[in-house]
Amino acid sequence: MNTSSNGVARLALRCQSLVKHFKDVTAVNGLDLEVYAGECFGLLGPNGAGKTTTIEILEGLNTPDSGTAELLGLRWGAGQDQALRERLGVQLQETKLPDKLTVQETVELFRSFYSKGNTIDHVISLVTLEEKRHARVGKLSGGQRQRLAVACALVSAPDILFLDEPTTGLDPQARLQLWEVVERFRAAGGTVLLTTHYMDEAARLCDRIGIMDHGKIIALGTPAELIASLGAEQIIEFTLCETEAKFEAAALLKLNGVTGTQSRDEGYALTVSQISAALPALLAECERQGVKLDRLTTHQATLEDVFVHLTGRHLRDA
Amino acid sequence: MIHPLIQLTLLRLRTLARQPEAIFWTVGFPLLMTCTLGIAFRNTAPTKTRIGVEANSSNAQAVANTLSQSAELEGVLLAPAEAARQLRSGKVALVVVPDSASSVTYRLDPMRPESRAAQMIVNNALQQAAGRINPVMTKEQVVTESGGRYIDFLIPGLIGMNLLGSGLWGVGFTIVMARVNKLLKQMAATPMRRAHYLGSFMLARLLLLIPEIIVLMSFAYLAFGVRMQGNWLSFFLFAVLGNLAFVGIGLLIAARTETVEGASGLMNLVILPMWVLSGTFFSAARFPDFVQPFIKLLPLTAVNDGLRAVMNEGASLASQGLPLAVLTGWAVLSFVVALRTFRWQ
Repeated sequence: MNTSSNGVARLALRCQSLVKHFKDVTAVNGLDLEVYAGECFGLLGPNGAGKTTTIEILEGLNTPDSGTAELLGLRWGAGQDQALRERLGVQLQETKLPDKLTVQETVELFRSFYSKGNTIDHVISLVTLEEKRHARVGKLSGGQRQRLAVACALVSAPDILFLDEPTTGLDPQARLQLWEVVERFRAAGGTVLLTTHYMDEAARLCDRIGIMDHGKIIALGTPAELIASLGAEQIIEFTLCETEAKFEAAALLKLNGVTGTQSRDEGYALTVSQISAALPALLAECERQGVKLDRLTTHQATLEDVFVHLTGRHLRDA
Repeated sequence: MIHPLIQLTLLRLRTLARQPEAIFWTVGFPLLMTCTLGIAFRNTAPTKTRIGVEANSSNAQAVANTLSQSAELEGVLLAPAEAARQLRSGKVALVVVPDSASSVTYRLDPMRPESRAAQMIVNNALQQAAGRINPVMTKEQVVTESGGRYIDFLIPGLIGMNLLGSGLWGVGFTIVMARVNKLLKQMAATPMRRAHYLGSFMLARLLLLIPEIIVLMSFAYLAFGVRMQGNWLSFFLFAVLGNLAFVGIGLLIAARTETVEGASGLMNLVILPMWVLSGTFFSAARFPDFVQPFIKLLPLTAVNDGLRAVMNEGASLASQGLPLAVLTGWAVLSFVVALRTFRWQ
């Protein structure tokens, strides 16, 4: 993280009490956010949480109903929009670039909009599309097209790079290649704000994460901090053979090493601090209540568990 | 580095050049239209008009022979019922009923112009054959000079129609597609100047207009001997002004339209009435007087009138004040309104 001379991290952007309504829907509901220069910040949340609206307000593509947003010390609509756009790189969700242009022509087109920035060759090498530079956009794979979209956002050598769901719909290898592009930009000192509904993406790329739901940030911190907030390292998930009404779920919380319980889908999830103590205790409890386990899995706690813990819903189906 | 206006114009030209079907619609289609209509309305020797003669009396054959001696008529003997049927279906223009040696009845539908004309020619032929002496000597001079033929009327109309189509579809459709594909939003997120984006459509259309007109005019000259009577610069000025007006209207249609279907509907709403009203295929003078002021204000009428006046009559620009003013008005007004209402996001 870049720090100023007095050791305090510099802010790249800050917004306060952002509110945005669409007809009868409140997309953003009093959102506060600070992103420091040089960090990668992720807005993690399910579809419809207000991530895209938030990022579009910051990109100057949408105006909030109330609240303020300040980027690089500037505000939208204060007469310096052009100067601000010169310093931002924006990749939107689902932009379809012109099919008939080649990769190089597309990058040249976008580069021409900025008064300064990277060379065409450099941008194409940043997204590793050298071999495709004379290929038409219409002939590219989904992953290549998405890297080209990011290239269009990188032409200005931006101070802040906005990525809205950059890997949605891509296969695992294409996702990995795109993550490497973002990591290279980070390594060169750039600031990134990205939205995603993939917890693995957030965990891999982001220094800090804001978990969003219903237009608000409901938890904020580094991935490790967020997971630690569960007060547990491990998760035990289990389901019982046929739903037995007599199963007393309340008893689970009293088990040795269990810090939280939650019913999930058709079964239960326990957050546990000591799996070696909790697992035998769970088996003994099932024995005592006379119920049979159908399925039991354990895993390291993830951001997904944090989201489920906070909202009672999964990221994917929330 | 290449200027963004040039880059955006290149985007338009490259997109067009790499779509063979788009080239057909802008150049091939008008050529095909010219060819088809030119052949359909080519100048041929006038065919003889068929006249039915009711075979009800002894001198019917003599009447039919008299008519057939005329260069313009062909007398056909028909039974009364058959004569009535052929008159109804338009196979004969007129039926002559020989009542006696010195009296005939003409049977015709007075609403059909060719029947009226046939009646006059038939009457002349019969009266002269019966010994009428014309007190005034008359001569005929046939005019088939270029500039006055249907094909000469048609070519400027086709150019006007093409300008309208490419202006509206080329600009309006492309912008609405860019909005649907979020390309417009992507560009709005850059420091790209709005005027460069809209200006690139203008520039691309102007660059395409020159070859389009040259191809069509060359073809019309080679195939039908259509000639430019007036000044080429004045001709291009009308084409450019018309183009500006139509691009402006295209921008206006695309300013807020969110879907391709919505845009198509609006385009047709604008294009079709003008095709009919503005004198593309037939003269707009055929419409009643009270709609004429309205028709004169349509941009396609102004383009067609201006192009025709320059091409066929060799008119000077100074004599074409009304169409020039109408086109300038449309171009300025549509641009101002389109720029004010245009939605980028």
